[in-house]
Amino acid sequence: MILLVHTAVRPPGPTWAVNALQVTLLVLVAAGAAAVVTMRDPVRQAVILSLYGVVLAVLFFSVQAPDVALSEITVGTVALPLLILLTLAKVRGGQD
Amino acid sequence: MTPLVRRRVFTVGIAGLLAFYGWGLSGLPAFGDYRGPYGFLVDALAIHQTHATGIVSAVNFFYRGFDTLGEEFILFIAATGVATVLRELRGEHDREENDLAEGRAATLTSDAVRMSALVFVGPVLVMGWFLTTHAQTDPSGGFQGGVVMATAVILVYLGGQFLVFERLSPIDVADAAEAVGAGGFVLVGLGALMAGAAYLADFLPLGSPAGAVDASGTIALISFFVGVEVAMAFVLIANELLEQTIVVRKGSR
Amino acid sequence: MSVLPFIVVAWIVGAGLYGIITSRHLVHQIISLIVLQSSTYVLLLAVGFHVNGVAPYFSDIPRGTRTVDPVVQALALTDVVVEAAVTALLLAFAIQAHKRFGSVDPEELRQLRG
Repeated sequence: MILLVHTAVRPPGPTWAVNALQVTLLVLVAAGAAAVVTMRDPVRQAVILSLYGVVLAVLFFSVQAPDVALSEITVGTVALPLLILLTLAKVRGGQD
Repeated sequence: MTPLVRRRVFTVGIAGLLAFYGWGLSGLPAFGDYRGPYGFLVDALAIHQTHATGIVSAVNFFYRGFDTLGEEFILFIAATGVATVLRELRGEHDREENDLAEGRAATLTSDAVRMSALVFVGPVLVMGWFLTTHAQTDPSGGFQGGVVMATAVILVYLGGQFLVFERLSPIDVADAAEAVGAGGFVLVGLGALMAGAAYLADFLPLGSPAGAVDASGTIALISFFVGVEVAMAFVLIANELLEQTIVVRKGSR
Repeated sequence: MSVLPFIVVAWIVGAGLYGIITSRHLVHQIISLIVLQSSTYVLLLAVGFHVNGVAPYFSDIPRGTRTVDPVVQALALTDVVVEAAVTALLLAFAIQAHKRFGSVDPEELRQLRG
């Protein structure tokens, strides 16, 4: 068994500032989710989805999870809107 | 079931779900009050056992390596599924799309978009490679690195034409590379079995400074295979979806 | 503050479900499903958060530092990437539905089968 001495390295910034940041980001994420769902046009919804992905990634950063934030940025801003827009190009091509 | 009835059922259902959720919430510790023993245990043991300083990747590829193998095969099968679903009726429907494409004039890509996309292909590819090979030291790993490398290939499509993209990633090579990635992961686990340890145990020699690139044995190797597989899966998916739209574009040249 | 993340998770679940149920376009439904799935990431990371914890990477901090939970981060990380591929499979189904039946409206597709 390894004995550990827990040193006190804290996250930078006072605790109330980190808390305020997290509260703000949580409210923004909730607003973003509502915005994505209530936009009915799928093309604009794809753009709002990528913005939602960025806000979600910043929230993941603020809870000390940089790996998950990196995944969310790459997937949510590049891969998902690309797939959605390619599908819409195919689906709308027959509707004009 | 009409939409109105569906909305009523939804209201009832979501009220019940929220009631149970609130009941469960009352017994939870507060946000930030983390008591679970597993996290502390992994923190204490991971550097000593794996010589990796990226604990998340150590959990992903060593402590819970079997789960990651399952997730990677979800990715593999999803890419295969996309190829299967979109391959069936290609012969019949291509002719229909030709008729629809006659009246359409697709706008050509502007030079600014082409220049910036082509400028970024190299750096993005190098960044993806860096992320894939540094799983054990920093926030990185096979999954993120694979998506970033696929982004580099997709930038070629943005900067050029789909035909260049198709020549750059022919389906056979992408298929073979994806299979190499998935199979490589399985074989690394089997190598551990042959060395006498459990499946996917760390059997390669651990490097000396913890957190170096060649430290941590199988974690770096598995991360590399996962990165290759994820990149090729996304390239295949993008290729399939792009092929669906190519016939519309051809009418505009 | 102590239960705000869990309330936000319930809100996102409700919003995603509402979007799926009241949708008139298959791609809109799939994007609402993406929002629904994102609630699970927030829940996982909220469960693992420790107030004085830093990110679990020891390349530049001393060994005994208290970190947040790395196990839930590993789960959320693979989830994010794998779901994009599953969403691609759902979008392929939407394309096939459009090809076969000529419509992407879930209401019309439902009537076609009956």
